[in-house]
Amino acid sequence: MTDTTDPTGPRSPAPRPGSTAGARVHLDNGGAAPLHPLARQALLQALDDGWADPHRLHSEGRRAARLLDGAREAVAGTLGARTEEVHFTAGHTAGLRAAVLGAARARRRAGGDVVVGATERAAVLHAADAAARAQDGARVVVDVDRHGRVDAGAFATALARPGVAVAALQHANGEVGTRQPLTAVHEAARDAGVPLVVDAGASLGHDDVPDAWDLLAANPADWGGPAGVGVLAVRQRVRAVPPEPEDADPWAPGGVSVPAAFAAAVALQAVAADRAAEDARRRRLTDRVRATVAAVPDVAVVGDPDDRLPHVVTFSCLYVDGEALVSELDRAGFAVGSGSACTASTLEPSHVLAAMGVLTHGNVRIALDRSTGEDDVERFLAALPGAVQRVRDVLGVAGL
Amino acid sequence: MNDAQGGADPRGGADVVVDARGLRCPLPVIRLASAARDLPAGTLVTVLSTDPAARHDVPAWARMRGHAMADGPATGADTTDGGDGGGHEGEEAVWSLTVRIGG
Repeated sequence: MTDTTDPTGPRSPAPRPGSTAGARVHLDNGGAAPLHPLARQALLQALDDGWADPHRLHSEGRRAARLLDGAREAVAGTLGARTEEVHFTAGHTAGLRAAVLGAARARRRAGGDVVVGATERAAVLHAADAAARAQDGARVVVDVDRHGRVDAGAFATALARPGVAVAALQHANGEVGTRQPLTAVHEAARDAGVPLVVDAGASLGHDDVPDAWDLLAANPADWGGPAGVGVLAVRQRVRAVPPEPEDADPWAPGGVSVPAAFAAAVALQAVAADRAAEDARRRRLTDRVRATVAAVPDVAVVGDPDDRLPHVVTFSCLYVDGEALVSELDRAGFAVGSGSACTASTLEPSHVLAAMGVLTHGNVRIALDRSTGEDDVERFLAALPGAVQRVRDVLGVAGL
Repeated sequence: MNDAQGGADPRGGADVVVDARGLRCPLPVIRLASAARDLPAGTLVTVLSTDPAARHDVPAWARMRGHAMADGPATGADTTDGGDGGGHEGEEAVWSLTVRIGG
């Protein structure tokens, strides 16, 4: 791994999205954050140095292999894992799928049930279905409370039942920010001898991920690395069957982009270096958003107010069309996400909001990037009430 | 309040029925709120909706406005499976949700 402490400073001189007054403010960074300046630098360097097939035995191939090994070592260091336990995958969805299916398959004799939290990512829910179907089991969904958190006792009970092959629980939810009781659940899983898959896709790089997992998947695009690469860590003590055991890269058949993996690792080291400061800064900003939007009439902030990710905040506006509000804010210069059905290709609203029993329409989802400044947030907060009012006026809901 | 018909009791004892079939979120909740506006406490209002979001948003609205969900099974092929689409392809499911005004 090359030195990532850039003497010229942590930011490139190029203007970043949302960094100056009057520019667009991009607040939809969950799972797709702007490339960290050091990741950009690393990517360009690795395109020159790491383009070759890392399995070839010549100098170019060996150079690529060294970059890839260095990237694994760097990610392992951040995770508190061994280098051999860290694999790169084709992306976060592929990593989650491989983890759930691979851990389940290794425990075929134990059963076919897969225990998941209700607010897991769709990739986990689908993989749980597939694994359960393949092993004559069932997907067992553990409900969440109004904040979107599973009850640790209920999850422990569910995974200790006979016939459970694997359990999956996210570290924190990327839509509403709520952290799960991971440490308690992992203890219960260990006692039951059931491997626990942890989705750290919304948290690694932003939050301290506890050493409470057997398999862990994370998403470089979420922490300022490039898209098109994922991280999957599998503890050596855990038995799991990779998707293609015969491939030279069993967990990522065909291999991954070495430059992308290298840049992902550089970005992770960079964000780990000042995580505490960024945690405090962004937590202050999301606290401010929570307090301010709650004062807008009939707006409900959702997710745990304290035990949550530092940079994520979500709220729902009564009598508001989510699609119209996203468009209205976009016209005003603000990019936000939404879990409302009207913003999805299906008619179904976010299963996370639905499982929590909170309002699904008029939903706005914000994830602050490290490049998001206080002035960006203040401008958004100043524009929001007017945008909500305009959308409500169109629907004629005054007085309801 | 064109869509609210009083009296006729077509749905399990409801005093008022709001037909929001074919409307997408947030319109079913808005129609329900319009109908509920001047009703006395204790009135049962049923909303019919083909929008899957309504089965989450009607209870959330009721909670925000101090109403209560009335007991009784929601009709329609409801999938309580939280996640990934219950798959009613081809046929449109109708959900019937009843609110008791004023808690």
